Amino acid sequence: MSKAMPAVHELQESLAGPRAVINGGAPVRLESGAMLGPVTVAYQTWGELNADRSNVVLVCHALTGDQYAVGAHPITGKPGWWESMIGPGKSIDTDRFFVICPNCLGGCMGTTGPAATNPETGEPYGIAFPVITIRDMVQTQAMLLDTLGIDKVMCVIGGSMGAMQVLDWAACFPQRVVSAVAIAGAARHSAQNIAFHEVGRQAIMADPDWCGGYYFREGKRPESGLSVARMAAHITYLSEPALWRKFGRALQDRYTKSYGFEADFQVESYLRYQGASFVQRFDANAYLYITRAMDYFDMEADFEGDLANAFRGARTRFLLVSFTSDWLFPTSESKEVVRAMNRAAANVSFVEVESDKGHDAFLLDEPDMFATVGGFVDSVAREQGAGR
Amino acid sequence: MSLLSGARGRFVLGPNAYGLRPDLALVASMVEPGTRLLDVGCGDGALLEYLVKEKGCDGRGMEISQAGVNACIARGLSVVQGDADRHLADYPDDSFDYVLLSQTLQAVRSPREVLLQMLRLADTTVVSFLNYGHWAARWSMVSRGRMPHTRALSTPWFETPNIHPCTVKDFLDLTRILGLGTGRAYGLAKEREVTTIVKGFEGQSNLFAEQAVFELFRPELPKGRRRRAS
Repeated sequence: MSKAMPAVHELQESLAGPRAVINGGAPVRLESGAMLGPVTVAYQTWGELNADRSNVVLVCHALTGDQYAVGAHPITGKPGWWESMIGPGKSIDTDRFFVICPNCLGGCMGTTGPAATNPETGEPYGIAFPVITIRDMVQTQAMLLDTLGIDKVMCVIGGSMGAMQVLDWAACFPQRVVSAVAIAGAARHSAQNIAFHEVGRQAIMADPDWCGGYYFREGKRPESGLSVARMAAHITYLSEPALWRKFGRALQDRYTKSYGFEADFQVESYLRYQGASFVQRFDANAYLYITRAMDYFDMEADFEGDLANAFRGARTRFLLVSFTSDWLFPTSESKEVVRAMNRAAANVSFVEVESDKGHDAFLLDEPDMFATVGGFVDSVAREQGAGR
Repeated sequence: MSLLSGARGRFVLGPNAYGLRPDLALVASMVEPGTRLLDVGCGDGALLEYLVKEKGCDGRGMEISQAGVNACIARGLSVVQGDADRHLADYPDDSFDYVLLSQTLQAVRSPREVLLQMLRLADTTVVSFLNYGHWAARWSMVSRGRMPHTRALSTPWFETPNIHPCTVKDFLDLTRILGLGTGRAYGLAKEREVTTIVKGFEGQSNLFAEQAVFELFRPELPKGRRRRAS
């Protein structure tokens, strides 16, 4: 490691915010059977924990999200990814609730992941990092709460991969989860979604700068591979109406076609920008591992072939939200979960929000989503006597 | 709080603390406390909230409109966005003790299928609907030569959600075709005036009821197993 470490690795050590070593510093047994540890979890909190610790809202982030749900991002300087949902007087009211958002296991923002230092070798884990699952993310979040002395969660909430974690949280810890909000999620990753992820992973691994997963040794970063992965994935987060409204066939900084392969169209330029800015804040190996975790997710298989088993006997109150134009995690996936919950006689509410913004709608300004989530969280809080 | 004493004949519904619409109060009075039920077309959740909070029922709702679902969720109710025609199929057999359908039957695409689905989910249903056989509706149609326009039926034909209008007699015909058992039945007129619909005198109710509420049972359900509200 004679050359300078890549930016993300360097930054990881210096990122602001609290971190906790979970499980008392002992290694954590992963779903695969592998042992990993010690495991550090970086997280952010907002609001005040009340005296009886009954006002905890746990926020689970999506594939490329992180713990910086609110406030300026330490690397990009951009506002938090769920600024519209969380804050004083918002749907998740930080004047009333103690909100905690951990960086998921395998992430690259301070939580143990492939970019973290392997204590056995003194260099980043890289591709030697064990394959992790959504279940492992949930278990390490639970251990973080143990470490912080928090037993019950008033509400666990998340969108996309966050919603997968929410569902698994409720299934694994029914007695710890008072209510659960899964937005634009699914109880398993579809074949189409696995296929898209594979395209992303192959783009990264085809980049010579990936160096078999040990790019940090060479002082390199597979930026073009990761950028292409992000570009492909980003399309799946949108919808044709959203793309058309935003860009149409408009040309970028030119009046005529170039008759070449520059970014003639605004949509191309936009995607290139998305790819280029993503690589500044994300680690390529982390992208491989987290997409893999999503691919492996299948609650039906985890619960003896019947998803209803995951929710039987649960006293948790559930809210599921989907979006009409989301083709990555379509309404049918949420409905499948609702049906299973009905079979299990669980307490479930479900809303399909009318939106043409695609999967990304859960991150955007969707007043119906805010009203639904706000009303739900408020009613749970009043039931629990938590937060004014 | 009793919304309705077990009276027969004719009586007037008192106002209730929940401000329930009279037809909903009538439906609520027919539900046994502590039961598990599904309210189909639950609207803003007024009836469902009453049944959950005052009668200790384990209640769920189904509602087609986003605004209705949001109102229900804000009341702390568990409500799924869906419509009766398509989404009753999502529930397993015998999920509930009751399925309730208030003023929704005439708005569904297939009332026959919806009734059968409801009785698949529960052995008892309570159904309320507008009676197009009411004398004012008949008079309105005969005298004006237009679709009925009365106090109870005030929505013009091009805006009414009721795509399958029916009378009390029509409804009873359908229950006979489907072989369903009927239990208590009430007619509602002048907002809060309730009349028991008596077997053999349905024609009279058909003339004087603006709305009707019927308790229906599965064909095979023996009389002894039929629930009664306290």
